[in-house]
Amino acid sequence: MNIFVCIKQVPDTEASLSVEGGRKVRESGLKWVISPYDEYALEAAIQLKEKTAGSTVTAITVGPARADGVLRTALAMGATAAVHVETDSELDHHAIAACLAAAVRSCGEPDIILAGKQAIDVDAGVLPLFLAQVMDLPAASGVIAMEVTDGLAKVEREIEGGARERIEMALPCVIGATKGLNTPRYPSLMGIMKAKKVEVKKFTPAELNVESLEPALLLESLSVPEEKAPGRVIEGEPADAVRELVRLLRDEAKVL
Amino acid sequence: MSRTLVFVETQDGKIKKASREALALALSGPVPVAVVTFAEDGADLAAGLSGVPTLFHVTGAGDIYQPDIHAATLENLIRENGIKTVVAAHSARSRDLFPRVAARVKAGLVTDCVAVNLEEMCAVKPVYSGKLLARIKVNAGVNLFTLRPNVFPAEIPEGKGIPEVVAVSAADVPARCRVVEVAAGAAGRVDLTEAAVIVSGGRGIKNKENFALLQELADVLNAGVGASRAAVDAEFAEYNMQVGQTGKVVNPKLYVACGISGAIQHFVGMKTSKVIVAINKDPEAPIFKKADYGIVGDLFEIVPLLKAELEKALN
Ligand SMILES: Cc1cc2nc3c(=O)[nH]c(=O)nc-3n(C[C@H](O)[C@H](O)[C@H](O)COP(=O)(O)OP(=O)(O)OC[C@H]3O[C@@H](n4cnc5c(N)ncnc54)[C@H](O)[C@@H]3O)c2cc1C
Ligand SMILES: Nc1ncnc2c1ncn2[C@@H]1O[C@H](COP(=O)(O)O)[C@@H](O)[C@H]1O
Repeated sequence: MNIFVCIKQVPDTEASLSVEGGRKVRESGLKWVISPYDEYALEAAIQLKEKTAGSTVTAITVGPARADGVLRTALAMGATAAVHVETDSELDHHAIAACLAAAVRSCGEPDIILAGKQAIDVDAGVLPLFLAQVMDLPAASGVIAMEVTDGLAKVEREIEGGARERIEMALPCVIGATKGLNTPRYPSLMGIMKAKKVEVKKFTPAELNVESLEPALLLESLSVPEEKAPGRVIEGEPADAVRELVRLLRDEAKVL
Repeated sequence: MSRTLVFVETQDGKIKKASREALALALSGPVPVAVVTFAEDGADLAAGLSGVPTLFHVTGAGDIYQPDIHAATLENLIRENGIKTVVAAHSARSRDLFPRVAARVKAGLVTDCVAVNLEEMCAVKPVYSGKLLARIKVNAGVNLFTLRPNVFPAEIPEGKGIPEVVAVSAADVPARCRVVEVAAGAAGRVDLTEAAVIVSGGRGIKNKENFALLQELADVLNAGVGASRAAVDAEFAEYNMQVGQTGKVVNPKLYVACGISGAIQHFVGMKTSKVIVAINKDPEAPIFKKADYGIVGDLFEIVPLLKAELEKALN
């Protein structure tokens, strides 16, 4: 199978962030990681590869030079090839989808394309479905269970209140992964050594004929939200403290 | 003149609160509003939609949500009516449907907005799990916004007359992504992303059975039950209950955290709650720096007391 995984580099989840110039995240000192949901996509891709002899897993990212790091991690986990669409521009999702589609096609016909359900930087949660539309493929995102056999993907996604949709799609298709799908593995030492030797294919958006379209969204500003003032600990014997808490919730906070 | 289209979802024949929030926003905007519903009994909504000139009632889409058919239907509706703006609640449904529609019509889409200005066509949305806020201007021929529940007011101003109901046939396209079955969740469970009150448990709950304690407290408050990742990973709770960076982002008016330390990845998922209450036996737990009200103590003692006290207060 010709398997693809779209991964994005994001700041470590522990990081506290600040803004420079009114619309950029201050990058100095930041640690970068693969966006958590993309790890589920990667793991699913690697498991598929392991099940089907002769398969390849190609990890693709669209991003600046530093994003090479996530491709190395993906290779160390078990991806077999990597493509970096290198750009410093802030592309919108239509353009990212166009880059990813062209990058996939540059490696042949896909059988399945996996991505995370949401990148935890822009928190859009749209790309898998955008990519599917650009490539004219069926897609499901927010997938918590999947089974691929005989050219058919059977997946499950959670909707509201714990309800689940069971979905069937013919391959090739696009799947957006979420937590619950699997437990991502850690890169092995051998994997890390091997990853260093793999040559990453590089493109610019222009080389992939992604014209610079008028972006659909313009980021005007980024700001740090106001933190609310620290609250108070209610002292006293448990029964008294609880009574006081209920009084405060009702009379002061007015949320009961 | 262009219209703002509001995609509404219903439950028990009524428009859901989160959809009413979207409708209220649209009605406060500069252009007339049209509502679209895929609900079978959608035409009945007209009576409650005074002040809305048009209700598009989609028929023939089947009783199960089929993403391809719904998306193509909305695309046709947008194109045929020259619609430039579409709003909806940021719900499980719109999370799936809106990106598909946006990709089809090459729209600007801002998901999970906490502020929208329909005159200037810009929105504010939390990014980096809410660590930052982005102000985004939409710049496409068609622009779509989904609104975070419980942020926007749901009061719909009284208007004149009821809408004209326009029947719309569902698009005749194959369902390539085919929903073959919808397995219901636990009955009566409150969906966390729209819940007004949430009671959450962490590793401090110690085991799966003890979550019943939280459910009892939740029942008194008509609340949803959430969990930290540590509780989910230890299999005390299901993943769909996880609140935080890799779980759900919730926005209730009251969030009660029991036996949760308050790690940043949990906090970003619930920090916009209007009031946060923490119950934790460790006075140094970081959650106390973030909670509006805290009680230092053993949750197994405090939670039953709280339940009893709330029963008294609410009856
Ligand atoms: C990439 C990434 C993503 C993550 N995403 C999420 C996420 O989405 N959501 C999330 O929650 N976490 C997430 N985490 C994990 C997060 O960092 C914390 O590990 C987690 O939130 C801790 O859960 P906890 O507070 O239940 O457990 P702990 O930190 O172990 O805290 C348990 C608390 O219970 C208290 N306690 C114990 N017994 C009692 C008692 N009897 N009465 C009262 N209090 C008691 C203790 O004092 C302690 O404060 C993520 C981490 C990473 C790296
Ligand atoms: N620049 C990018 N490069 C590679 N994959 C991406 C990129 N942006 C988004 N994705 C993929 O699409 C998913 C959803 O992203 P988003 O719609 O931006 O929240 C991510 O989890 C990634 O798998």
